[in-house]
Amino acid sequence: MSQGRSWLLAVPMGAVFTVFVAAPLLLIAFVSLHNDAGLTQAGLHAYAKFAGDAYNRGVLTDTLLLAAETVALTVLLGYPVAGLYMAWPKCRRVLMFLTILPLLTSTVVRSFAWVVILGNQGLINRTLISLGAIDAPVHLLYTPGAVAIALAQIELPLMVLPLIAALSGIDASLMDASHALGAGPWRSFRRITVPLSLPGLLTGTLLVFTGAASALITQTLVGGGRLMYMPFYIYEEAIQAQDFPFAAALAIILLISIVLIVTALNALGRRSRAFVRG
Amino acid sequence: MVDRISFRLVAGLLAAIGVIMLVAPSVVVVLASFTAGYALRFPPAGFSLRWYQALLFNSPEIVSAFWLSVKLAASATAIGTLLGTTAALALARQRGWARVVEGLFMSPLTIPSLALGLGILMLFNLASAGLSFGSLLAGHIALCAPFVLFTTSASYAQVDPAWLDSSHALGASAWFTFRRVVLPTILPGILSGAFFAFMNSFDNVALSLFLSDGRSEVLPIRLWHIIEDSLDVRAAAASGLLIAATLLATLLMERVAGVSKHLR
Repeated sequence: MSQGRSWLLAVPMGAVFTVFVAAPLLLIAFVSLHNDAGLTQAGLHAYAKFAGDAYNRGVLTDTLLLAAETVALTVLLGYPVAGLYMAWPKCRRVLMFLTILPLLTSTVVRSFAWVVILGNQGLINRTLISLGAIDAPVHLLYTPGAVAIALAQIELPLMVLPLIAALSGIDASLMDASHALGAGPWRSFRRITVPLSLPGLLTGTLLVFTGAASALITQTLVGGGRLMYMPFYIYEEAIQAQDFPFAAALAIILLISIVLIVTALNALGRRSRAFVRG
Repeated sequence: MVDRISFRLVAGLLAAIGVIMLVAPSVVVVLASFTAGYALRFPPAGFSLRWYQALLFNSPEIVSAFWLSVKLAASATAIGTLLGTTAALALARQRGWARVVEGLFMSPLTIPSLALGLGILMLFNLASAGLSFGSLLAGHIALCAPFVLFTTSASYAQVDPAWLDSSHALGASAWFTFRRVVLPTILPGILSGAFFAFMNSFDNVALSLFLSDGRSEVLPIRLWHIIEDSLDVRAAAASGLLIAATLLATLLMERVAGVSKHLR
């Protein structure tokens, strides 16, 4: 393969990308800007319909809030797990395996696990009843909190892996220096570990936020029929209501919200990094 | 001193919760699947293999959904691997525009596949093409190829250009150099990418939901409906088998291709 023509090898992938990734995404934007499914009349009807109803805005807010809660939980648990990985070289292989395995296990299976854990006959309710703490099962399943906890578990590997990569790049002598200069571990963590692992934190946040906001399966299985989030709303409007312009508008609104939030976080992260260096 | 103890205590506790969170759900499902009772509960009532028996011998609809998923994931992975590998060979060593193109090609890794599914469905509608195994396959290929491109590009970066020059100077043909120098270096990357692609395709619901015709139902959607409708214990048995298969496949692929390296 001569150097000059080797780009030809990218043509098949380019064709598939153009037809089955780029064109469909552009088509969503195009359809969302039409008032009817027949695409005869261009207009902002679908977006007006979205903005005009408080229910729609509520679904979007709930979805973004759910994703934010999931990010917060994965950061809270992700840093300690990644720290454990760094502090305990002997167990790295095992910890890495335990992190990757859930990532490769079916999402339906992992969401289902939370139905078993949180259900009325589930692990938590039966433990509490046998301990005498409660008399009747508490409703845990089908609540927004349950969805956030289940999603935190499901997305945790996607926060831990970039954090491990980022922590591996930090010079250990910085921590020694910080300690020698009299900083306690909390202070060292806040002033050294967090700023220097920021790129990993931002990557993890991007992956977890996007994943949680579009987690159709977990949202429907753990959230039940009464909690509505954007992914199932899009599916319902497209397949059951056959309102393609509105479904397309919902998808565009969700995608743009995700991109805006992630971009804002990135900008914020870069500014605080400049502050650390400066 | 108090500072040090409080830090250790909090970090240790959270790390313990984190590790338990990673492992516990799978363990709970596997234990629940061995129940002897009719209802799904934890701890399970007694021990039996009856639900595994019911799953394997009395559930033709779940078994056929499983085979459809295997066929779909295997086809999409095979084609996706070919596309991803060739694209990596073309782009990995280039600068400038090739970096942008590579970033675009990998975008399905972060774009919600729900949006991709909706878009491809509308594309098929626009072309008045009915949904079939072909539409399902198209969506899954778009999802699979970027995984292989991602891991193969990283492996190809490890090929030292000097090796290619020496191979050429020693009179080896381009094809010979590819087979004996490049391929052995990038093979673990290709295999890891193919593995991730297969697992993701096998597990993907969003694409299949939009792109499959009414008659064909893939396994994750079948299980999703079972769990939503009736909390049938067969879903737990199927989950148990999937967890076992994932565990074995991951151990095997870690040994063969060192898959965990590609996720760090």
